Amino acid sequence: MAVPILKQGPFLIASIQAALTDTDVLQLRDDVMSQVTRHRSRGIIVDVTALDVMDSFVSRSLRGIAMMTRLRGAKTVIVGIQPEVAFAMVQLGMNFEDVQTALDLEEGLALLQTQKEPGDGGS
Amino acid sequence: MAPDAETRIAIDSDSDVVTARQRARELAADIELTSTDQTLLATAISEVARNITTYAVRGEVILSVVRDNGGREGIRVVARDDGPGIADIERALQDGYTSGGGLGIGLPGARRLVDEFEIESTPSQGTTVTLVKWSRSL
Repeated sequence: MAVPILKQGPFLIASIQAALTDTDVLQLRDDVMSQVTRHRSRGIIVDVTALDVMDSFVSRSLRGIAMMTRLRGAKTVIVGIQPEVAFAMVQLGMNFEDVQTALDLEEGLALLQTQKEPGDGGS
Repeated sequence: MAPDAETRIAIDSDSDVVTARQRARELAADIELTSTDQTLLATAISEVARNITTYAVRGEVILSVVRDNGGREGIRVVARDDGPGIADIERALQDGYTSGGGLGIGLPGARRLVDEFEIESTPSQGTTVTLVKWSRSL
């Protein structure tokens, strides 16, 4: 199932709706990269609230998205990792240290907004 | 451990990996595994089932409810394939070792998520990984 990506100002919001197959995850990566380029986005939020499992493949792919978009000058924030999923990721041994995370969509947007370069906001 | 009826899920594609972990979560909920334990089990299944699609192309996951002598219930997962097998199991269980381009945390990670973990493999004949997650209360 494709993940819808919404444009909100300088940011993109990818809202995962249901469990993802590996193919869906790779599609998400490609879609995010092409939309970041098309819209010259400054930030991306990937909302994983709906995911009940984040295994090594999904975690590695999200980390990949964060790194690729950073190379394009855009910041990715992963929001909504469920407490049990966080527990499983730590047990599994996933290293997510270099990926920005926030509690939910609202916090993620706030994080992106505070990190905008001086001068971005118009003044 | 006397197993109840088995649930077999053929693993042919990446959507079967999702099906296997969802079915396991349903079974785990039936025997009242905690929500956290359901998540740990589902994540472990995702890792071992993905190994089937990555290395062996196809295989199967067999789920059953098991009981120990004390009457405690658990979920047993057997992930089996007829793929190339693992030449060096010790190495495959080490963090960071991979022959498939991944992170090398699949097998050692899955082992940390469950209570019992066994792996048998014969080169060019296949691999069977057996996991058990026990419920914490009687």
